Amino acid sequence: MTLIAFGLTVVAVGAVLGGLSITLVPSNLRPLTSGIVTAGVGVGGVLTGIGGLMGAGSSGAAWTRIAPGLLPLGEARLSVDALSGVFLLLVGAVAIAAGVYGIGYTGDGPHHANPAGSRTTQATVPLFVASMIFVPASASVTTFLVVWELMALTSLVLVLTEHRLRPSVRDAGLWYAGMTHAGLVAIMTGFVVFAAGAGGESFDALRTGATHLSPAARSTVFILVFVGFGAKAGLVPLHVWLPRAHPEAPSHVSALMSAAMVSLGIYGLIRVDFDLLGGGPRWWGLLVLAIGAISALFGVLQASVSTDLKRLLAYSTTENVGLMAMGIGAAGVFAADGNRALAGVLMAAALLHALNHAAFKTVLFLGAGSVLRATGLRDLDSLGGLVRRMPLTAVLFGVGALGAAALPPGNGFVSEWVLLQGLIHSISHGISAAPIVAVSIPIAVGVVALTAGLGVATFVKAFGVGFLAQPRSTAAATAVESPVSMRVGMGVAGATCVALGIAPAVAGGALDRVLNVLAPVRATAPLADSTVTLRLASIQGSMSPLLIAVGMALAALVVFGAVRRLAGSAPRRVVRVWANGGAERNSRQELTATSFAEPLTRVFDDVLRPEHDIDVTPYAESSYLIESVTFRQRVPDRLEAAIYPPMLAAAEAWGTWSRRMANGRVHRYLAYGFVGLLAALVVVAVTT
Amino acid sequence: MLRLLRTVLRVGRIALPAPAAPPTPQEPTAEPLPWSGSLQIRHVDTGSCNGCEIEIAAAFGPVYDAERYGARLVPSPRHADALLVTGPVTRNMADPLRITYEATPAPKRVIALGDCARNCGVFAGAYGVQGPVSDIIPVDVEVPGCPPSPEAIVAALRGLTGR
Repeated sequence: MTLIAFGLTVVAVGAVLGGLSITLVPSNLRPLTSGIVTAGVGVGGVLTGIGGLMGAGSSGAAWTRIAPGLLPLGEARLSVDALSGVFLLLVGAVAIAAGVYGIGYTGDGPHHANPAGSRTTQATVPLFVASMIFVPASASVTTFLVVWELMALTSLVLVLTEHRLRPSVRDAGLWYAGMTHAGLVAIMTGFVVFAAGAGGESFDALRTGATHLSPAARSTVFILVFVGFGAKAGLVPLHVWLPRAHPEAPSHVSALMSAAMVSLGIYGLIRVDFDLLGGGPRWWGLLVLAIGAISALFGVLQASVSTDLKRLLAYSTTENVGLMAMGIGAAGVFAADGNRALAGVLMAAALLHALNHAAFKTVLFLGAGSVLRATGLRDLDSLGGLVRRMPLTAVLFGVGALGAAALPPGNGFVSEWVLLQGLIHSISHGISAAPIVAVSIPIAVGVVALTAGLGVATFVKAFGVGFLAQPRSTAAATAVESPVSMRVGMGVAGATCVALGIAPAVAGGALDRVLNVLAPVRATAPLADSTVTLRLASIQGSMSPLLIAVGMALAALVVFGAVRRLAGSAPRRVVRVWANGGAERNSRQELTATSFAEPLTRVFDDVLRPEHDIDVTPYAESSYLIESVTFRQRVPDRLEAAIYPPMLAAAEAWGTWSRRMANGRVHRYLAYGFVGLLAALVVVAVTT
Repeated sequence: MLRLLRTVLRVGRIALPAPAAPPTPQEPTAEPLPWSGSLQIRHVDTGSCNGCEIEIAAAFGPVYDAERYGARLVPSPRHADALLVTGPVTRNMADPLRITYEATPAPKRVIALGDCARNCGVFAGAYGVQGPVSDIIPVDVEVPGCPPSPEAIVAALRGLTGR
């Protein structure tokens, strides 16, 4: 119990005092101070998370503290249970890696000042981390909304760090601010309806009052918070800020946003849907499942054709959040059908995937940041050959890519396996007679399989084109390995990936405690008897990631040894590398990211509808002799193009029209007030 | 897709009946091929007028269908057993031809296809022409003609595949 209090004190005091000290120290010490403070705040988060997971044992009693009068409209109420604990652990661990990494990343370059090293940015990073840590720890509507908004504002400041360098940063900031505040409005409205119906604003009051709500009110609350949290989590069609904000933010901030902040959208969804509302009818689950499936497919499809490394990672975030939402949605469906064992497995899969995603996405964004710092490039078509110049970054990025590609022995494989097991076994268990469930679950299995396949192509492209072969530009050819602090930051996250990939059972007990918090899946303990082998209780499924890894290593050794033995006896011939008839192989003969993804672009032509642009420049002497050919391919976000411009145009038209209402006459304004008051009185009279 | 299927059904089988196999393959000058019945071919154009290419395309098309005798065109010399060279060797293509020959794994065969590849044909003595293929790399099989007919090409290939 004291561990939680101690951890939260470290977080709060660290963020405030640390933030102050960052603004006061001279600029050459600022990166070090900011990094230490951020990592320290992260350590506080990890301690709190461990406390939450340990403390909420069999008793189920959560740690709660109330500070009356701290907030203007009510008390500040903090509470940490196991569900908070797992997300606190996640946020804290990401913050430690990102903080250590930031020491090197935000330092000034040899020739230029680094905007990420500015006083504002450096002091905001620990504040952002602290606000993220207080989101899962808050236990009343007011507290939650205040820290949620603080998180949105601090992250907005961080997204805008490099606004002087590129105008696209301002655009990204505007989109992010718009989306996140639209989400906040939805969450706030949902909570207002909820609190009004439940008769209290603390989470305890909501939990007990949820049963008094009418089904229509419960569904309204669910839809509103799903929209709000979906916007933060980056679910389609509210994902549009991700591919804009993640590439433009400094990379350690991208890692914090993509790995930690986005997961808090998932936290909010689980907290409200499964804990506060206590589960709902089947169509809630089906809705979440459908949106998750569309997000997973659309995200991975866009990622597979992206050539901007950080944009690719941002779309991959949408994909992984979609997979988590699929787990949550399917859990909701089976919980509504009364099959709690299956629901428990699927919820555990979603939570495990949140942890795994946080680990590998941190490595990937930090790795992308190292590449960006060393070369100034995010375009995969200009990178290549970095494995020789930046070996450690390449290895760690490879570990992350393996996890993200969901191949064994990567960590993403484990959670996607649990998710697939849950979905597949639901078919053989044959619990639901409802045709809609019988149809949608097999489709969901297909979606997960297709997503996993396209994910492999995506990350083979990201790693293969980015780090292997020959450099495609002088910047990539002259890259230097990152400073020690950045390598340590990436190494921490990479080691976490490996640990989660080889021994996921260590998270099993913690996840079982988390499920105890959620009423619809309470006491199902799907991973209870997992040791080295991951064993799913209640359905026949077991898998041992450690044995798979050992087996793969042994098989590789055997193949290597056999090849050495066989090739050793055969005559050898030394020839030069085949360079298509040329004397020297050069980078123009390599596959680029665009050409690697060309078959996929062709297959999914109807969905992606890429735009091609070919410029042929002939010599001045003759139009038959070609001097150069330029090929450009852009794959715009078709969902965004279909939805947002009409919506924005409608809003603008409405704004222009409503300007006519304000013509500057006082009489009219008084009339508005009078009519408004009358309307309010009529509404009150009719409804009460 | 349906159009393709309809065309397939309407046209049916149009390949010519296989003529009798050539009696004996030409005596190989190099070490014997350790296999028979299958030959992977890399085509190299060292300055051809594209007449030979049209005939090669015809030889591998549905009518003459050289693939039924075990000959197959491949996209890289690394995959190939034989090089099919057309055209007089121009100055620019002499080195690439040598490099391609080196890149082909041994044992290998070289087919000089058409009069140009055999003796530079009408381009003999032209300023950009280095010489016939046999000046650059050892040639095993020659197919005369300007351009050689698909029948002649198929017969030469059958001599190598032994089918």
